[in-house]
Amino acid sequence: MTSGARRLAFLTAAPVLAAFLVWGLSGLPPTGDYRGPYGLVLNQVAVAERHATNVVAAVTFDYRSVDTMGEEFILFAAVVGVAILLRAMRGEAERPPQEQARGRRVPGTSNAVRVVGLALLGPIVLFGIYVTTHGHLTPGGGFQGGVVTATGVLLIFLSGEYVTLRRVRPESAIDLAESAGAAGYVAVGLGGLLAGGTFLANVLPLGQPGTLLSAGTVLVLNLTVGLEVTGGFVLLLSEFLEQTLVLRGTGPARPTGAPPRGSPDPSGPTGAPPRGSPDPSGTRP
Amino acid sequence: MTVLLAVVLLLVAAGGTAVVLTRDPLDQAIVASFFGLLLGLAFLVMQAPDVALSQIAVGAVALPLMILLALAKVRRGG
Repeated sequence: MTSGARRLAFLTAAPVLAAFLVWGLSGLPPTGDYRGPYGLVLNQVAVAERHATNVVAAVTFDYRSVDTMGEEFILFAAVVGVAILLRAMRGEAERPPQEQARGRRVPGTSNAVRVVGLALLGPIVLFGIYVTTHGHLTPGGGFQGGVVTATGVLLIFLSGEYVTLRRVRPESAIDLAESAGAAGYVAVGLGGLLAGGTFLANVLPLGQPGTLLSAGTVLVLNLTVGLEVTGGFVLLLSEFLEQTLVLRGTGPARPTGAPPRGSPDPSGPTGAPPRGSPDPSGTRP
Repeated sequence: MTVLLAVVLLLVAAGGTAVVLTRDPLDQAIVASFFGLLLGLAFLVMQAPDVALSQIAVGAVALPLMILLALAKVRRGG
């Protein structure tokens, strides 16, 4: 398509799109306007019925817990897909991380980064567990807490060597955590089917609202989701790190210094050691 | 409240534009991380702390990290 035709197509389509957009936007209710009865009803009855002070958690892990199971399995399937796509291919040999640019010295991790990273590790993991276990009381839950817990692994990577991370990351345990989390959710649902007659029925005894053991199965479901999300994200991160850092190259190692040094980074400060790997094509946009 | 909402929405609009206007993918990943943080702020102002928490963890940390790692892999050319 020539540039003239492209411009003509744009000039025809843009006003139409803009008109529809303005038409649609002018029909929107004002900000904060809520007309559905569902949310209002839930705000009235959720605490009394489910003893969960976070109504959002009561919806996602009780009233609509089947939807949440679907979401959990979307994540599960996505992580499995990534793990399959990034698996070691035939003909790929693991090589230890090595510098490909000849004569470049990689600055080691500074002590400041190490100290801050390791000092943050405990609090971050604790916060992740807190967010997971208190999902029915305060904002949070298994999804959020699981991602927060998984960032702890990222801190280990940032503050140390990737080799260290590989040692603390038992792959089978992570696979097990992810699968156990996904299966645990279904198991709780089947428990509800057996005890209460409905899949995912909240059959556990409800406690005093506002306490940790108050909302029955909501806490258990949050724990299973937290386990699944933590395992899934750690697996995702380590698959990516494995691809990037362990260098699964095909065939023999490339001759050192094969990628030509790219043009000096115009944005980088002068005199600083070159950052990042040199751009092989040398064509930065 | 309305003023706060307007400010946050303007920040989100500015952040989104900045992500689009940044042409270098490496810089773009960092700008996208800030944009994720701004979106989290917007959700917080709209009284959805549950969503804000997910947005900050995924949009400001996990997503930019995946982009960075993918970039590192692509630029290494292996």
